[in-house]
Amino acid sequence: MTLAAPSDLSSPSPAPRGLQPEGWLRYFSFSLDHKVIGLQYLVCGFLFYLIGGALAGVIRTELASPISDFVSRDTYNQVLTLHGTIMIFLWIVPVVNGAFGNYLIPFYVGARDMAFPRLNAVAFWLIPPAGILLISSYFIAGAAQSGWTAYPPLSLTTPATGQVIWILSVLLLGGSSIFGGINFIATILKLRRPGLKMMQLPMYCWAMLGTSILVVLSTPVLAGTLVLLSFDIIAHTGFFNPTLGGNVVVYQHLFWFYSHPAVYIMVLPAFGLVSEILPVHSRKPLFGYTTMVYSILGIVVLGLIVWAHHMFTSGTPPWMRLFFTIATSFIAVPTGIKFFNWLATLWGGRISLNSAMLFACGFIVNFVFGGITGVALAQVPFDIHVHDTYFVVGHFHYIVYGGTVFVVFSALYHWYPKFTGRMLNEDLGRLHFLLTFIGFNLCFAPQHWLGLNGMPRRVAEYDPQFTLLNQVSSVGALLMAVSTLPLLINVLWSAWKGQPAGDNPWNALTPEWLTSSPPPVENWIGEAPLVQHPYGYGQAEGLMDVKVASGRQLWDGGNR
Amino acid sequence: MSRSPAAASCGTAATAEANALSIRTFLQLRPVHSTPFAVMTSLAPGAVPATASPDQTSAEGHGEGAAHHDVRMFGLATFLVADGMTFAGFFAAYLTFRAVNPLPAGSNYELELVLPTINTVLLVISSFTFHRAGRRLLGGDNAAARRWLLLTAGLGAAFLAGQMVEYFNLPFGLTDNLFASTFYALTGFHGLHVTLGVICIAIVWLQSRPGGRVQASEPFGLEAAELYWHFVDGIWVVLYGLLYLL
Repeated sequence: MTLAAPSDLSSPSPAPRGLQPEGWLRYFSFSLDHKVIGLQYLVCGFLFYLIGGALAGVIRTELASPISDFVSRDTYNQVLTLHGTIMIFLWIVPVVNGAFGNYLIPFYVGARDMAFPRLNAVAFWLIPPAGILLISSYFIAGAAQSGWTAYPPLSLTTPATGQVIWILSVLLLGGSSIFGGINFIATILKLRRPGLKMMQLPMYCWAMLGTSILVVLSTPVLAGTLVLLSFDIIAHTGFFNPTLGGNVVVYQHLFWFYSHPAVYIMVLPAFGLVSEILPVHSRKPLFGYTTMVYSILGIVVLGLIVWAHHMFTSGTPPWMRLFFTIATSFIAVPTGIKFFNWLATLWGGRISLNSAMLFACGFIVNFVFGGITGVALAQVPFDIHVHDTYFVVGHFHYIVYGGTVFVVFSALYHWYPKFTGRMLNEDLGRLHFLLTFIGFNLCFAPQHWLGLNGMPRRVAEYDPQFTLLNQVSSVGALLMAVSTLPLLINVLWSAWKGQPAGDNPWNALTPEWLTSSPPPVENWIGEAPLVQHPYGYGQAEGLMDVKVASGRQLWDGGNR
Repeated sequence: MSRSPAAASCGTAATAEANALSIRTFLQLRPVHSTPFAVMTSLAPGAVPATASPDQTSAEGHGEGAAHHDVRMFGLATFLVADGMTFAGFFAAYLTFRAVNPLPAGSNYELELVLPTINTVLLVISSFTFHRAGRRLLGGDNAAARRWLLLTAGLGAAFLAGQMVEYFNLPFGLTDNLFASTFYALTGFHGLHVTLGVICIAIVWLQSRPGGRVQASEPFGLEAAELYWHFVDGIWVVLYGLLYLL
């Protein structure tokens, strides 16, 4: 372990002291502490978010005018490919799974670390090299140009070097994701504190369990497919090359077998996080715990059998269209259950509308909109009309930005006091929310209209009749870029000058708050608390002093 | 903004004692002393715990307990599920290619059967010899266990040699047609797994020497390699059925 305190000199700890750096340096080391790894994921992911955001800025600047004038078409293709790949594989998946998962899951199951701390560190340290590899491809020989889907034959005919580097990078990130998933499954199922039952776990554990099952089952298929694709590029085999007798639709099936569950890999942990945040700030138990659990499991099962709804225009036979339309529409049921459970959690609560809560509520609004367009897209006649148009781009960003990224920000405001021991500034937080919410909707809502009227995606030039709404969208993107500034200032300034948070500023009952802020190396001084009712808010709360260091003290003298 | 009825009900001092009691049972935040997870000794506030619970941190060598052994095998099994999904993807692609994409004139799906069948038998036998090695190790007979390990590794190497012979005698190369490519990709990916398995067996063979880290008391290395080997073996049986018999 990364025992850092000097007081353990006399202890029998077998940890090789001196091998692990202490203080801030440990965030740059091969640390085995799940909290350090979680923050490594978070900061690393955020840096890639800034890069991906800059690329989005290039895209929106280009699209501010109907002609290709800001960057060349080739560069535009590279930029949109890098934007998609970075945002998905280097920002959302690592942050919403790796960062918060690593930080919170050991607390929630009452463990001192993840099941496999070394594997955990390996999983993180695969990410920076993969990211640097991916971005460097732009400077070496030009990045991949075939979008984050890398459909053949497009990916076979665009310049090979960038495409091969893209494949390598995604393989590394997929490996990282699988290692993380194995670790989460083992931690949640095997490292639970004795006495803690599955149905007593905080909801984020269930979300991460479901997510990790999807990761373990679907990511390897993508890895295998990309290996075959690289054979097609390097060795000139013909798996996906029609001119050599291959089959491009097989690639699409295999790709979407991963990449549809990937949407749930990106959004299920967000569901879990929001289920943690809403009860705390509305002082009410999470509504419908059991239905939440079963709807997560339902989403996992259904999420694995709906992939071909991305392929309604790929010559899919009618029976396949019928099956995948029905299965996809069914996903609205568990998702709707979760949505109404969140509303019922808020209903009649003592809501404190702080930044964390604003972003969580923003998530609910954006996500229900993205969900409705998702149900629309599942219907074959509608999908054929808007396939590969900006409608899909709008829908996707409502799910992934309006959904997941809003939750990431919400979680940042919620857990930053735990990470650092200091509060984030509320005024800057509200400004951040306002700019993000307005900018986001301004940017992506018009894209639905653009798509319905026939503007294709992934083009640098478009019909001049779409100019106005594209400019509105670009202004929204600019607002989103500006909205990052209050966040950055807030996060950096509060780390030094923020108001001290104390151990439990929100009076929350989930286990991570029942220790100091930031927590000690092995999470608790003394025993881990046994929290069997993580959402026990409301009843007789004023009698409870949860601002004590450990669960044991809470039990011994917490009640007054 | 409005107070829920439950939140409003906790006002009076008369019910305070009862409420405090009920919240105690409600939250059940009591420490557990009698479990392996609670080895953390009570320390002065502010001090860093000296030792981690052996079952929870595999870091830096402590983690040899039975419970952690269980977690490691569980993790390996989960990894093998993931690995199996890679093969499942390849199998699905192969079956779809076969169903949808006709081969060019003059090529077919026929393969020579004798050598692969011998290979299959060798690999299946090697699973049994590996199992025997595990039994011997748990019985404390390291020398016998190591002999069975050597035999298993030999069978694995023989399988790889047979595969090589087959490759050199095939009438098609990697890029000749879709079936050829799929054949080499599938058998090659599996052969990679066998190679890795043979290397693992060699490592376990080294580690199970007297005084090594794989012993009857700590059989994880051998059991992990054995589980992996059975997995690779099982994949081959499916692969043999799909590629050679179908």
